[in-house]
Amino acid sequence: MSKAALLLLLVLAVRAQDKPLGLGRPATAAEIAEAAITAFPDGRGLPPGSGTAARGRAVYQAQCASCHNDNGEGRDAQYPALKGGIGSLATRSPRKTVGSYWPYATTVFDYIRRSMPFDHPRSLTADEVYSVTAFVLFLNGIVAETAEMNAKTLPAVKMPNRNGFIRHDESPVSRARRGTK
Amino acid sequence: MKAPRRKFLALSAALTASCKKAEVPSESGAHMRPYGERAPQEQSVRIIRELTKSPGTGSSRTPLHEIYGIITPSALHFERHHAGVPAIDPATHRLLIHGLVDRPLSFSLADLKSFPSLSRICFLECGGNSVGDYSGNHQPTVQGSHGLLSCSEWTGVKLSRVLAEVGVQPDAQWMIAEGADASMMTRSIPMEKVLHDAMLVYGQNGEALRPEQGYPLRLILPGWEGNTNVKWLRRLEFTREPAQSAKETANYTELLPNGQARQFSFVMDARSVITSPSGGMKLSRKGFHEITGFAWTGHGKIARVEVSVDNGQTWALAELQEPVLSLALVRFRFPWRWDGAETRIMSRCTDETGYVQPTHDELLSVYGPNAGYHYHAIRPWRVLPSGEVVSHV
Repeated sequence: MSKAALLLLLVLAVRAQDKPLGLGRPATAAEIAEAAITAFPDGRGLPPGSGTAARGRAVYQAQCASCHNDNGEGRDAQYPALKGGIGSLATRSPRKTVGSYWPYATTVFDYIRRSMPFDHPRSLTADEVYSVTAFVLFLNGIVAETAEMNAKTLPAVKMPNRNGFIRHDESPVSRARRGTK
Repeated sequence: MKAPRRKFLALSAALTASCKKAEVPSESGAHMRPYGERAPQEQSVRIIRELTKSPGTGSSRTPLHEIYGIITPSALHFERHHAGVPAIDPATHRLLIHGLVDRPLSFSLADLKSFPSLSRICFLECGGNSVGDYSGNHQPTVQGSHGLLSCSEWTGVKLSRVLAEVGVQPDAQWMIAEGADASMMTRSIPMEKVLHDAMLVYGQNGEALRPEQGYPLRLILPGWEGNTNVKWLRRLEFTREPAQSAKETANYTELLPNGQARQFSFVMDARSVITSPSGGMKLSRKGFHEITGFAWTGHGKIARVEVSVDNGQTWALAELQEPVLSLALVRFRFPWRWDGAETRIMSRCTDETGYVQPTHDELLSVYGPNAGYHYHAIRPWRVLPSGEVVSHV
């Protein structure tokens, strides 16, 4: 039986085994809409609005540069570099940045929107988040300075390390012991 | 190196005290306290490392060498916060469950405490525990090297029981868990784990969760990387796909030597370490010393722990202290007579799947030096003729 079929059976079993106790209250559409801020790789959850790197430069200088440095160079490990390192991952000195490592442009938007600026997160407007996202992508040579980022264009941005991630449930040590790469 | 120094001072004080006669007081003792404190002589503390200009962000490490048994006192539980510890009012805190469900619902703490409850002892280990060892930067003490590890009795409700209220739809493949810390930290959890043994937890070691461990509500995923056990839990969204959040792409992924990175590497592999004698301690005499430490695995139960006192040439079984619980810390003990010669002592565990804890060299041959997470190799401690125990090998 396939993994998907097993999971379906598991879900159906859970649905059948416990009768609801009537706890909790219905969530309103408005409170779900306000809370559901996750931006998914396919663009779901991205808000209306737009921005460009050209517009993002000023927002970046005002909101981000004090930690991440003037042009995304970073300042030590805790204020990481946002650019560079593309092509370095398989070398002895890999540099993991948004440009070299992050597989999805939507993650950049999501993280800035939910967690940045670090000391006053969620203070930027949707247009500002689109603009800063565009600026960080521009710093990495991934989008043009004038390219408009919005709920349609951002998910279509192809990140350099899009295919750099693997998922194996088995430990890499066990795989190596079995002679599997 | 504060802890061993303090230990030395305490030892000196004890030696001085032992020359004096212990007096049994003739007067009644101190008043009772509504909420207890440890004896003033007991000074065991976490090592704190703050990482940013903003307070409360970084980690604190459990003094594993000063813990008895398998339970970590809540006040000594390790911490890793990505935007400090939020102050949450339990009276207003709610958990929203939505997405691919028949009935999106909002739960108060009182609602969640009304469900049939469940308690379970399990370990929690940060995915980044011992990260320095990948690059040969061996911390001098076991607290520094392994201290992002703790074990508690957690109390709450089985998540699958709560999901019966909302009716999760069959096409849900992932659950996105979001915290109410300032960074709203987010992780995506596969449905198999959600339905198997995930818990919504409000209790820790017999009382409410500590603020540092997610008060008033957290997710517990037994045996899984600490970061996925989202604290200050505020929202669960059921989806067909993972969020690909920053903490499951940029962080908590292991970059392998070929340039590919291992993602969604949730389970903590089998691991053990000797906590006494360990780095920073000093053996005061030749002769009998009990070697003791912890073993744990995210793959179920520890099957056996072996100890070597001769630099890994020969190994002998250690005694496992009952109870040996699935996905909990296991305490092992091994009697040793030290002959005064320099040697290296180490432990190696095997879990119920047959997985044997690797050596540092084997681990590095697979993960390379830049993996950053899930370090779990055998840790030798070098015992010098002076009795000093050091971490450099």
